[in-house]
Amino acid sequence: MGQKTVAETIKEITRKHLTENNGLILGECLTAVGWVNNTVPDCKGIVELPMTDVAGAGIAVGTALVGRRPIFVIRFQDFLILNGSPLIFFAAKTKELHGKSAPIFVRAIASDGLGPVHSGVLHSIFMHFPGFIVCSPMTPNEYREIWKTYMKNDDPMICSEHRFSYHNTEELCDITVENAHITLYAISCTRFEAVKAVEALRIEGIRCNLVNILWLKPFNITRRLIQPLKESKLGLVVDPGHEIAGAARSIAFELNLATGCSVRAIGLEDRTKCLCPPHKNMAPNAEVICKTVKKMLRKGE
Amino acid sequence: MLKCFSIIAGERSESRDNKMRVKDFGVISSLSEKYDKETSLQLFKRMCTIRYFEQGVIESVQAKYIDYLVYLSSGQEAIAAAMSIALQEFMIFAQHRCHGTYLAFGGNPEKLRDELLGLSTGTSRGRAGSNCIQCHENDVMMFGHHGLIGENVPLGVGAALGSNRPVVCFFGDGAAEEDYVFAAMGFAVTHKLPVIFVCEDNNLSILTKVAVRRSWSITEVAKSLGMPAVDIADDPWTILKTAEQFKNMLPAFINIYTCRANWHAGVGVDGPPEWDRLGMVRKELKKIGLSKQSEKIEKKIIAEMEKLWDKKQLQKLLRK
Repeated sequence: MGQKTVAETIKEITRKHLTENNGLILGECLTAVGWVNNTVPDCKGIVELPMTDVAGAGIAVGTALVGRRPIFVIRFQDFLILNGSPLIFFAAKTKELHGKSAPIFVRAIASDGLGPVHSGVLHSIFMHFPGFIVCSPMTPNEYREIWKTYMKNDDPMICSEHRFSYHNTEELCDITVENAHITLYAISCTRFEAVKAVEALRIEGIRCNLVNILWLKPFNITRRLIQPLKESKLGLVVDPGHEIAGAARSIAFELNLATGCSVRAIGLEDRTKCLCPPHKNMAPNAEVICKTVKKMLRKGE
Repeated sequence: MLKCFSIIAGERSESRDNKMRVKDFGVISSLSEKYDKETSLQLFKRMCTIRYFEQGVIESVQAKYIDYLVYLSSGQEAIAAAMSIALQEFMIFAQHRCHGTYLAFGGNPEKLRDELLGLSTGTSRGRAGSNCIQCHENDVMMFGHHGLIGENVPLGVGAALGSNRPVVCFFGDGAAEEDYVFAAMGFAVTHKLPVIFVCEDNNLSILTKVAVRRSWSITEVAKSLGMPAVDIADDPWTILKTAEQFKNMLPAFINIYTCRANWHAGVGVDGPPEWDRLGMVRKELKKIGLSKQSEKIEKKIIAEMEKLWDKKQLQKLLRK
């Protein structure tokens, strides 16, 4: 038996939590077709919420207040707009205000190419508000790591998952090369595309470092993160969310402040994601990343 | 056409509201005589504690010791007083007008004062202020909301789901209109959760009356969801009796007509309230032969609260 996929890892962690930790998993249509991309185990502790976004999130936060460490599943991140208020206004604030925490693990599932309200990546919004830990694991071991962190702490955690990662069995390692022209920082599903971009650019003689970003908030500047940038002097952050006021720009700014190096950001264009191919406004893929890098190098940034 | 419909709906609602929104609606007569003296005096004591504590708040706001908007429970004291006796073992999910809930259920007045003054010795180390008071001591487990009215209702329902402990959710007639409130009430029915929903119906969302805002009754909505539900005025003995009955058939809903004495936020007044329940309770106690005891209680609480809010002491506390 080979390495587990991300989906299998989520299912395994969830089963253990529900059966051994008295945990709960709450969400809409959890046990419907596919059991959320085969990430939900068939065991005790499953709460099927009615189709009541907002109230559903409030109920989940309520279970957190009494120590059930709920996993709250948002099948499409766009629905966080409705579900966000109890998370943002209560769960994230209660520890700072009252010293009473509401540890809730939000499985916020992103996708791409599914139209205006099923393709969103909204982790940037949650980076904006105080009180959350925000992360975006794309590999089995990363998922195990963030789960351990959640269980060790008492803060609400926004886990920005992506459907594109569910079949992944591989760990994604940073790539560092000598005399790199640029350092790429990739988030969420763009990490898979960034790997392809690095290889395509290498063939064209452009040397790239690639740094994987798992933790979006707090975004701790570590040597691992900035050393490659200090050497290449040029950076590009790639995120599948909207570029304006988004994660990519925020992190690019942090990296720029920390190193003084020029760091650019790319994400979604400032237009709605549509269902039909010419208007999909997909997350930056390898081709877009390559084009952006070449443009930056031509400009001599 | 739409405008026309809206006026008709408003008229219907206004007529219903006028009929029901009176000081003795649903009040069980002579109930005060059926409860023992201790209970009646305890109800009065808790009401006085709220009223005179808030008198201190009002004066402190006027003197600028408290320099932000406060949400006062004055006028609505009977609800917290009665519920705190009926629902002693319940987890509490209070609304923004929560000083009364905190004090009646056993919160320490000194800690609440300190919270309102922004001191580290307050209930939330001075970070919460007036409208999201919590209490987690002396066997009291009280949560609140942070400003989204009715937010505490799904939270309370979730807490009941997660712990199977009984929960009381307080909210106002405005919060009753939030979609997530009745979605949460419906969830409580589906899962047969031990939650009592209490609507403190002061008829006002800031200053907009219920009849202007909606043509339907939250009590009828609760009934249609499948839970026992009733409208009553804020006579404390009637509230106590109703809560004692309903807590054995949860989830359940009680809409209580009451009168806010002060502004929605702040210490001003818009004129006399429709009725003053504290004065009515005082009279009722006299009627049942408890005037001496009640006078003694009232005097004692006035003295305690004057001491608590003594201006020299406040100056000293704020200088620290």
